Amino acid sequence: MSKEVTIDTSGIYYKELNEQINKIIKDNLDLELITLNNVLGQRFIGNGISKNNLTIVINGIPGGDLAMFMKGPRVEVYGNADHAPGNTLDEGKIIIHGSSGDATGHSMRGGSLYVQGSVGYRSGIHMKEYKGKTPVLIIGETAGDFLGEYMAGGIIINLNMQSEDTEFVKNSMLGTGIHGGVIYIRGKVNKSQLGVAADIKEFTKEDLEKITYYIEDYCNEFNYSDEIKNKLLNSNYTKIAPISSRPFKKLYTPDIR
Amino acid sequence: MIPSTVPPKYKITIDHDKCILCGRCAKECAWDAIRKSKDKIITYDNRCGSCFRCASMCPRDAITIIENPSQGRKHPVWTPEARQDVLNQANSGCILLSGMGNAKDYPIYYDNIVLDACQVTNPSIDPLREPMELRTYIGSKPEKLEFEYVEEEIDGKKVKKSKLKTKIAPNLKLDTPIMIGHMSYGAISLNSHKAMAKAVKRCGTFMGTGEGGLHRDLYEYSDNIITQVASGRFGVNSEYLSKGAAIEIKIGQGAKPGIGGHLPGEKVSAEVSMTRMIPEGSDAISPAPHHDIYSIEDLAQLVRSLKEATRWKLPVFVKISAVHNVAAIANGIATSDADAVVIDGFKGGTGAAPKVFRDNVGIPIEVAISAVDDRLREQGNRNKVSIIASGGIRNSADVFKSIALGADAVYIGTAAMIAMGCTVCGRCYGGKCCWGIATQRADLVERLEIEEAADRVSNLIGAWTHEIKELLGAAGINSIESLRGNRDRLRGIGLNEVELKALGLKQAGL
Ligand code: SF4
Ligand code: SF4
Repeated sequence: MSKEVTIDTSGIYYKELNEQINKIIKDNLDLELITLNNVLGQRFIGNGISKNNLTIVINGIPGGDLAMFMKGPRVEVYGNADHAPGNTLDEGKIIIHGSSGDATGHSMRGGSLYVQGSVGYRSGIHMKEYKGKTPVLIIGETAGDFLGEYMAGGIIINLNMQSEDTEFVKNSMLGTGIHGGVIYIRGKVNKSQLGVAADIKEFTKEDLEKITYYIEDYCNEFNYSDEIKNKLLNSNYTKIAPISSRPFKKLYTPDIR
Repeated sequence: MIPSTVPPKYKITIDHDKCILCGRCAKECAWDAIRKSKDKIITYDNRCGSCFRCASMCPRDAITIIENPSQGRKHPVWTPEARQDVLNQANSGCILLSGMGNAKDYPIYYDNIVLDACQVTNPSIDPLREPMELRTYIGSKPEKLEFEYVEEEIDGKKVKKSKLKTKIAPNLKLDTPIMIGHMSYGAISLNSHKAMAKAVKRCGTFMGTGEGGLHRDLYEYSDNIITQVASGRFGVNSEYLSKGAAIEIKIGQGAKPGIGGHLPGEKVSAEVSMTRMIPEGSDAISPAPHHDIYSIEDLAQLVRSLKEATRWKLPVFVKISAVHNVAAIANGIATSDADAVVIDGFKGGTGAAPKVFRDNVGIPIEVAISAVDDRLREQGNRNKVSIIASGGIRNSADVFKSIALGADAVYIGTAAMIAMGCTVCGRCYGGKCCWGIATQRADLVERLEIEEAADRVSNLIGAWTHEIKELLGAAGINSIESLRGNRDRLRGIGLNEVELKALGLKQAGL
């Protein structure tokens, strides 16, 4: 029984690596930390792991679908991540000290995913919430187009730390098909940058209250100074939310009257 | 002013001599097509979808639902339906929504295929006397079996024992090659799901959950359940995935190839919202593609990640709709670690689909089975995946023909619903199914008696299973394995040369 395990993953195929991880978790009930060194493209790390009080530290670059279906653990990546980290995440926290690929946070239904750098296209697609479970995706720099597509719930915060909050962001097709949840973008957004079904709503005091905790937490995770934190908290945000929870209601008519 | 009235399709006629004014019909019709006034039953024909509930419940048989003879002039091109659709869309500017399967008059190839039987020289087998093997394993099969010999000491003697070295992929064990396909909780009621779950358990087979998650009341049937992961990822978490015996990735559906699904907010009740894990009353939208799948390689990645999440213990199926290049796609799927490919033909049912898709997109399942079976054999991949065929399978002969064409097993959907009372009225999307099937309205759901419906469905599967045994016996075959892909036992009738070629069949008489 050990509390901490380290694996040098060089040259280990993803299947064997994940088998090893699962076995270690099974054999060590008190396990608190797994450190994976030299990770180079191994996919599916953390998939379907259901355990609280466990941290998985990844030194290197994990492959696609990192922590898919995961419930509980904290995953910390010191490096970039490939596409769809946090895919259908259930609970837990993923911290990426780098950037990540397309469909980051695909269909997250709970937990949080913080990316220090940028994310690819279609990130936060189809995130959804139910009762107490609200997924949160925070992106430090830029996000590719179609951010929050088909979003059905949860919170996306795109901090755009590479630019000033007075500038227009570069995204297009923001929130296409969104019918739940909310996207906060630090900076300005033109209506023409929105996808169908998305709308720009007033950023209110309640909204600021809602995101304050997450921004503070984000800054703590990445060790940002108070100065940066305050700058982020005092920035201008654009709030993007659905026009309705039934975007397709008016699209159809019964074939019998 | 342009008159915009669409003439009603059906006419509700009440025989006022027989009617005793009990008002039962008015209570039974969820569409408000019948009302009872003080001394008369009043009908609103334009609301009627001919679901037949009122007529079956009338204690005096006083109700007849007929096609409305007054739908304007008969015309071979501009049929009443064509005109009604134009009017409807000219009025609304909307996409026409429809339910159930393809309602156009396409050829049904099953009905142009006849079966073989034994006479004199090759005796038939009597299934009542001799065992008939219908057991079917769904999943990947190894190319070859390898054994190793280990020496063991038994009673002081050294004995060489052979042990299987080849790793066998997880397979589903079916007592009959008939399963119930995926119809989601949300599209249909919990009582329907429960009835079907009971039935498949009794019959030693499986049912699909559809993409709406799994209600906890069905957890006890998990050994007979195939969960589904679709583009909306509704209700999907690791608990759900582990609650089934297999997982199916839904790429497409025969009734609406190429598009996703929208469960209208009206049907997202409190319970449905719980299993789907979305707020009550919001639309449940499944996008057209999975946004983490843009290629066969991405599909392989999802297959593998589902396997990883369930520790490689469950078979993973991939369901696609039957389209022109179905063979190439199925072959790609076979190389992706998937264990079965489900092909859904264009006659497959649905809770809701744009009419233009339901009636025009996709190809018949019969030709798709042949094409896929042929291609997988050519490429040496047939053992890697099982083929499950679905979409318009109406009787045991259709099942038999599907297997002889190359399928391992079939999914039925509409047939199971008809067994539970569905009258194929095609208004499932309206959420008011008077038979308690395609609805979430509590008072309507209650109408479906679970035990009775379970009996009906298991009777149906049982009856078909018997018939398949008889057909096998008549063909002189005692195992379904020997029928699989055995197209030599089929002949085409009334088909042209190209059709015969596509199906891989000989002409009857040859
Ligand atoms: S919709 Fe059904 S119940 Fe209502 S009148 Fe028509 S056939 Fe009868
Ligand atoms: S399930 Fe109900 S609404 Fe759908 S076709 Fe059958 S009877 Fe009609």
